[in-house]
Amino acid sequence: MRRVVVTGLGMVTPLGVGHSLNWERLISATSGIRGITGFDASDLASKVAGQVPRGAGEGEFNADTFVSPKDQRKMDDFIVFAIAAAQEAIKDSGWAPQTDEERERTGVMVGSGIGGLPGIADGAVTLHEKGPRRLSPFFIPACLINLASGHISIQHGFKGPNHAVVTACSTGAHAIGDAARLIMWDDADVMVAGGTEAAVSRLGVGGFAAMRALSTNFNDTPEKASRPYDKDRDGFVIGEGAGVVVLEELEHAKKRGATIYAEVVGYGLSGDAYHISAPAEDGNGGFRAMKGALKRAGMNPSDIDYVNAHGTSTPLGDEIELGAVKRLFGDAMDTLAMSSTKSAIGHLLGAAGAVEAIYSIKAINHGIVPPTLNLENPSESCMGVNLVPKVAQERRVRAALSNSFGFGGTNASLVFKEFA
Amino acid sequence: MSDIAERVKKIVVDHLGVEESKVVENASFIDDLGADSLDTVELVMAFEEEFGVEIPDDAAEKILSVKDAIDFIKANAAA
Repeated sequence: MRRVVVTGLGMVTPLGVGHSLNWERLISATSGIRGITGFDASDLASKVAGQVPRGAGEGEFNADTFVSPKDQRKMDDFIVFAIAAAQEAIKDSGWAPQTDEERERTGVMVGSGIGGLPGIADGAVTLHEKGPRRLSPFFIPACLINLASGHISIQHGFKGPNHAVVTACSTGAHAIGDAARLIMWDDADVMVAGGTEAAVSRLGVGGFAAMRALSTNFNDTPEKASRPYDKDRDGFVIGEGAGVVVLEELEHAKKRGATIYAEVVGYGLSGDAYHISAPAEDGNGGFRAMKGALKRAGMNPSDIDYVNAHGTSTPLGDEIELGAVKRLFGDAMDTLAMSSTKSAIGHLLGAAGAVEAIYSIKAINHGIVPPTLNLENPSESCMGVNLVPKVAQERRVRAALSNSFGFGGTNASLVFKEFA
Repeated sequence: MSDIAERVKKIVVDHLGVEESKVVENASFIDDLGADSLDTVELVMAFEEEFGVEIPDDAAEKILSVKDAIDFIKANAAA
């Protein structure tokens, strides 16, 4: 089987734009969670979110940098975030195909959990108030999930496989895993893969709040709201952003002297077949996804030094995931570090798996595991588990596993290994 | 009536993101100003909004240049 490595990283998150800046802020225990701005949240149960900081300052997001104002009208924010993260990742990789063949061997697989929800909301209002003749001809292409991949391919001339994953909060992980397989199967030599989301809107927050899925007890102290594994956790904090990686066939990367961040060695998938939103109580779905990823990697639990948990800060989900990790890792728990970076950025839904994959790769590269913020009083079940409370830890990370679980009972785990 | 021409040109500049100097009366939206078929639909909608006229689809199909737009609006908006 052809081997696949990561040669480019790009991200837009509540901690800012760029993977280096993100990492600096993440390991210095910075929170990107704030009170909601940009729309009226006064009647919403949850008034906190991980929003991408907009502006012209360091690490702030300015859409004009990535897409002309004329073209911004043709795309919802989730596409703009994806384009921005892809630009960084592609530039970072140094991959610039020159021939038709090279372009045809370069594909894109960037997914989203929800897609253009704000645009759909606006379109519905226009339809209701002004009628169908006032709908923009760009309404549909601005909201379609696969248009993130479409725009990236158009911008860079990548004519290989063009695909998009939609698996709720597992999207980013599935996209990276599936794109790696397209390379393994020789459908492409290079894949731009990841996830994107921009659903922090009245409709998005209102919808998740209706499910009672969001944190509501920390509206006055936003930075405390996302607290995975802590006794006082009360739901997830919605976030937005995008994570994109450049995946490349190993020999292809070596031949052009590319920087190799890590190898994609494991990918496991499973379904709960249980409930539309609640995880199966026995954690079997997550367990089998992780086990499948380890099997694919040809690794034992003791080969994994860091788990980037799905850890959304919901009372039930965190407990179930931890139980599954404990069962799988057994004695290897003693040396394992596990943290939830959602404590710093919130839950980026369809982008989460990709952003967290990048954080996992950075942990391998830098020999530092990022902290779980706000872990003041761990739940009983956390005893004896190194959840990296509040402060980053220096340690060698030979391999990292990243978990992503989504509504509908869809689970994906990725394993990245240091490339020596 | 030159006011109509200026307002049409401004809409074209804003929507297509082109330089004002290129938006001359005989400029074709698609051939000269880089619009695609969806851009032209959006332009017609913007003209409708700005001038309070309804431009039926069969008429919209014939509005291919800045001049076509100005002529249509002059003939229909004042009525």
